Amino acid sequence: MTATTSPLVSIRNLEVAFQAGAKTVHALNGVNLEVGRGEAVALIGESGSGKSVTLRALMRLHPPRRTRIRGEMVVDGRDVLAMNASELAAMRGPVVSMVFQEPLLALDPVYTVGRQIEEMVRRHTGKSAAEARARALSLFERVRIPSPERRLQAYPHEMSGGMRQRAMIALALSCNPKVLLADEPTTALDATVQIQILLLLRELQRELGLAIVFVTHDIGAAAEIADRVAVMYGGRIVEQGSMADLLRAPRHPYTQALLKGRAHGAMQKGQRLETIPGSPPDLAALPPGCSFAPRCSLAEAQCLAKVPDIVPVAAGHEVRCVRVA
Amino acid sequence: MTQSVASLTAAAVTAPVARSPGYWSNVLRRLRRDPLALTAGGVILALIIIAILAPWITPADPFQASMLKRLRPIGTEGYPLGADELGRDMLSRLMLGARLSLFMGIVPVIAAFVVGSAIGILAGYAGGWTSTLIMRVVDVFYAFPSVLLAIALSGTLGAGIFNAILSLTIVFVPQIVRVAESVTTQVRRSDYVDAARASGASPFTIVRAHVLSNVLGPIFVYSTSLISVSMILASGLSFLGLGVRPPEPEWGLMLNTLRTAIYTQPWVAALPGVMIFITSMSFNLLSDGLRSAMEVKE
Amino acid sequence: MNAVIDAVRVTHEDVGGPAQPLLSVRGLIKHFPLKRDPLSRGRGGNAVRAVDGVDFDVKKGETLGVVGESGCGKSTTARLVMQLIKQDQGELVFDGMAVGSRALALREFRRQTQMVFQDSYSSLNPRMTIEDSVAFGPLVHGSAKRDAIAVARGLLGRVGLDAQRFAGRYPHELSGGQRQRVNIARALALHPRLVILDEAVSALDKSVEAQVLNLLLDLKDDFGLTYMFISHDLNVVRYISDRVMVMYLGEVVELGPVDQVFDAPRHPYTQALLRSMPSMEPGQRTESAPLSGDPPNPIDPPSGCRFHTRCALARAACAAEAPAMTQQDGHAVRCLIHQPDSGYAASGALT
Repeated sequence: MTATTSPLVSIRNLEVAFQAGAKTVHALNGVNLEVGRGEAVALIGESGSGKSVTLRALMRLHPPRRTRIRGEMVVDGRDVLAMNASELAAMRGPVVSMVFQEPLLALDPVYTVGRQIEEMVRRHTGKSAAEARARALSLFERVRIPSPERRLQAYPHEMSGGMRQRAMIALALSCNPKVLLADEPTTALDATVQIQILLLLRELQRELGLAIVFVTHDIGAAAEIADRVAVMYGGRIVEQGSMADLLRAPRHPYTQALLKGRAHGAMQKGQRLETIPGSPPDLAALPPGCSFAPRCSLAEAQCLAKVPDIVPVAAGHEVRCVRVA
Repeated sequence: MTQSVASLTAAAVTAPVARSPGYWSNVLRRLRRDPLALTAGGVILALIIIAILAPWITPADPFQASMLKRLRPIGTEGYPLGADELGRDMLSRLMLGARLSLFMGIVPVIAAFVVGSAIGILAGYAGGWTSTLIMRVVDVFYAFPSVLLAIALSGTLGAGIFNAILSLTIVFVPQIVRVAESVTTQVRRSDYVDAARASGASPFTIVRAHVLSNVLGPIFVYSTSLISVSMILASGLSFLGLGVRPPEPEWGLMLNTLRTAIYTQPWVAALPGVMIFITSMSFNLLSDGLRSAMEVKE
Repeated sequence: MNAVIDAVRVTHEDVGGPAQPLLSVRGLIKHFPLKRDPLSRGRGGNAVRAVDGVDFDVKKGETLGVVGESGCGKSTTARLVMQLIKQDQGELVFDGMAVGSRALALREFRRQTQMVFQDSYSSLNPRMTIEDSVAFGPLVHGSAKRDAIAVARGLLGRVGLDAQRFAGRYPHELSGGQRQRVNIARALALHPRLVILDEAVSALDKSVEAQVLNLLLDLKDDFGLTYMFISHDLNVVRYISDRVMVMYLGEVVELGPVDQVFDAPRHPYTQALLRSMPSMEPGQRTESAPLSGDPPNPIDPPSGCRFHTRCALARAACAAEAPAMTQQDGHAVRCLIHQPDSGYAASGALT
């Protein structure tokens, strides 16, 4: 990421809150993230950290009436929050597209996958049916689906898990987007299939110059695919940096605790696992300061008083913690 | 963790435990916030009260005929809602008629609920040949439209309230069996039923402890939606002379006997139909509200 | 550990002594017949061969890990062991007694073997308070209500849920980790000897998973339990198991001490599975997928060795001959390469 080229995706101070009856759920509380062209960034966190919400907010997929979004989101030079419905529709597909965790839920069960790709292509590029079909075929070949002509005629439920995920990736790539948002795409897959999909995504990133934002709770999967990683907790990014930096020298207490469970040799037979005491914060009733402070062994009074600022600890490595600087 | 056994056990049992509101109190709470369902419930409650108190609160004698006062319009002196074809006060007859109409609406459904649930839960839990046998017999009944079936059964059994209720019950049992079987099958497949089987419980215990509490709710809600159908069918049967016999007031029967008055006193002739309409709508709205209140999983 | 635990632990008769396996499974077969759709293009096979000849032992006091991918039959095997479904063929022997025989009635077997399921929410009756759910087992087996509730509350405390706050709650008011603790308490209420954990921690967040794993290990020591731990997470299986069993398409393909299997896997499938684990080293990323394609469907398994269609080392003999399990110092594998009298060595390449 050179300072001269502007980032493809720029999120600043993003706040997202949902109205659920009488409660307000503060899902995102000040997220700052940049993704350069052709860069793969991983968003890691547990449930409730806000990683999926960030992706969906970027594409404005949340129901507008119950959602309050504040902050700035710029994709390919355009302000996403200022877009009206038709501009959004024009952005989704050709600029940004998404793959989901469960293809069976994301693909329409009553149309063949080929038909769904054709529909997407024709909607955005106005090509003829024959051209769209040819494009669908070439996409299926790109994502390495065997016997692609036959598979285009298949319905989603007729395909195996790995095949469906490839089909969804093909659908997402059909309009040559610049950014691919991947929301836990491999979580539901078997290990041998997961590695195939991760490699496919990496290959596509190289060949197409595709930027990828990869959301997952599995650090291993993230390490295979991402150059940079951002760790989320309680609706904020608590640490951000290159994958190598974070894996070798995590600075935020939460990141350290997270990695302690998973890094090589971390789980020693016969020894108790290190656990983070307590439980994730209630997003409807967030503590005033650092959201991790109630569970942090390094917490002090200042941690509970004010939300920590983002502090750089090394080149390209930032942490949101006052105890680490 | 070094307490003694006795102290732990005693403390465990006698210490007050925070009790969360149960499922039905949550449903009630949600229902209270639904204005449409509350209105409908209020209407039904009012009708039931009127029906119960009818013999004492009717302004006039519902059986008192008067040849001079036949077919008076609404607003006549002494006859606020008019008089029917035999000069009887419509308001009084409608109020007393609520008794039979509501009775014929609710009783068949309750009976069908009891019988249908039992059969359906048995079919749903037992599965296999038992279920197939029961469900195919049910399918046979389903081949007949309910109105035709009700008329055919009533005709065979003969006129009269009891026979009408019997035939209506028979009409509704297959529908409730279907819903009961379907819901029970779903519950049977869930992990907590497997866990109960894995702890060695007999099928009877499992049904009693786990299945009933989860299926009776949905079956009940479905059944309440049948009350309006039952009322209309009962009215229809009375209209055809198969249910209630004159001079008992019953809204369907009143519709029949006022049939010819539709050209001379259309408003009066329509009144029993209006009552049937209001009551059915209220039951349907209440049933809908109940279903919404039960659906939310919190 | 202390008086509480002793009071709660009922000494089941240890019939056979420490050398006898707690559970012996021989020749387990379960096929699920498919409805023949007359309009479908006739495909071969008319049943899902979910479990097709599975043999293994579970030793007393050990944790046997079970790994495998979709279609391998591990969940079906767990349900067969629990007798939630009846096997087509095969026998289960629990501490030397055949399950269902006069020596060990099914009801008594069910008291001694319990299971924790993957979906913590659907494993609990949404209309029952959690203390009632936990107390259900003891009630079924004849405890008085007061005693059953006492046991339930004691166990809830033991799994880390304060009885006062949680006993009267309903499942939807608890988090996933808390619900799974309730499921564990429920499984322990009958003082079982064998507990099957079917992906019990898979749906939990990693931090919660660590807490539950610690709890499981503590309980195993306190209550003298034996575990069968089914999971797709190889790291967790390595951490918690003593021996591990690898399944593929309804068969056991490798079984041995966990460190041996993980450090020196013998079956090509196990090797590929272990190599599929993400590398965690940004500088040394995986360059090629060890296995291509998806795990096949158990409706029409390949001839001979079921893995030969995806195996890099397959030869012509592998398509013709189905390998048997061969043992070598406690580490068994089902592969013609390790079978001395097979036709593998002499065979030509697979065409």
